[in-house]
Amino acid sequence: MLKELAKFKGFSAKNLPKEEPFAPGHRACQGCGEVLALRLALKALGMNVIAVSATGCMEIISSPFPYTSWRVPWIHIAFENAAAVASGVESALKALKRKGRFPKNRRVDVVVFAGDGGTADIGLQALSGALERGHDFVYICLDNEAYMNTGVQRSSCTPYGAMTTTSPPGEKSFGQMTWKKNVPAIAAAHGIPYVATATPAFFLDLMNKVKKAALVDGPAYVHIFAPCPTGWGTKGEESIMLAKLAVETRIFPLYEVIEGKYYITRKITKPKPVEEYLKRQRRFRHLAEEQIRAIQQRVDAEYERLLKLAECL
Amino acid sequence: MPKGKDTALMSWKEVPFGCYILEPGNSVKFKTGDWRSFRPVLDKEKCIKCGQCYIMCPEPAYEADEEGYYIVDLTYCKGCGICANICPKGAITMVVEEV
Ligand code: SF4
Ligand code: SF4
Repeated sequence: MLKELAKFKGFSAKNLPKEEPFAPGHRACQGCGEVLALRLALKALGMNVIAVSATGCMEIISSPFPYTSWRVPWIHIAFENAAAVASGVESALKALKRKGRFPKNRRVDVVVFAGDGGTADIGLQALSGALERGHDFVYICLDNEAYMNTGVQRSSCTPYGAMTTTSPPGEKSFGQMTWKKNVPAIAAAHGIPYVATATPAFFLDLMNKVKKAALVDGPAYVHIFAPCPTGWGTKGEESIMLAKLAVETRIFPLYEVIEGKYYITRKITKPKPVEEYLKRQRRFRHLAEEQIRAIQQRVDAEYERLLKLAECL
Repeated sequence: MPKGKDTALMSWKEVPFGCYILEPGNSVKFKTGDWRSFRPVLDKEKCIKCGQCYIMCPEPAYEADEEGYYIVDLTYCKGCGICANICPKGAITMVVEEV
């Protein structure tokens, strides 16, 4: 176990932080799971953060001029360079401390919020660079599984079979034809101290992981699964239930990778069939028996792989 | 529109350098409550004050009152219905908003 985490007791339902670094009045859709994930992550981090946002839903809904929902310093940059800008912010902080222009002992966390497009596709190169250079920052990917704010185009995190405007099902196609890119594994492959996956349905788990990510020295990556009613064709009120189902069907397993060692934080011993999750969403409505079977097989195989990683390392 | 009157938020001369927004969290002035078509109604008899509705609200629109009940702020509640969906006691019902 890392020494930075030794003192951290974790949040509980009784000692939740009171402050809300993310203000109401933002323009996220009704029932947006992504903005909930963002709110919870910021709640865990507290007010001493500098946030960097790549372009995406969360940037657009939080900052239509002249309003902002951020109560902490925040900078919006392009899709591709969120991690690069965060590296710069972190280095600048270090330099200011060295020159005595910023209190040496004051702890400020640098955190990136980017979507799956800004992480898995467009920003991957900058992310890899920042992880490799070892900046002390937290990268949070809010994964709603497509480019939602531009009108639901597929990304490399869109799951197999899903309908998007650029992967439409029809005679020759059944929707997205590729499997979801495993970004947490890519991040872990950099040998960084902390990687985790989370979802707002398990809010304490999410907040604890984000806080741990901030506490470790060096880069940390947290991948948060966030339901999007608009892009998925689901009911707004079911967002939390769907996020929970994704975990219970093993589609989105929750785990941590601490210094290369895998820990499954929520073991699912009696998984529900994936169909239960798929059938509640318009983006999967067209799927035939055969594709559902393929998804089930893949999910089982991936979970097996994860179990092996968690055991033998 | 009166002739010659500018209806923009501000003139280009007044836009702050870099379009900075200098007032943290000023989106509280933007009342998202008028998006709502359903309103959550709490039955205090059933509520066990667990706070699930408060922590799962994406706005956030819930706040605890002196007695410990979580009360929704209708200025911001968009009526998504997550709170009613997750409440373990079924203490929240969504009712159609009247105009
Ligand atoms: S499009 Fe989806 S992710 Fe974006 S604000 Fe709406 S519900 Fe949230
Ligand atoms: S979720 Fe239900 S029981 Fe829990 S505090 Fe809210 S209204 Fe009360």
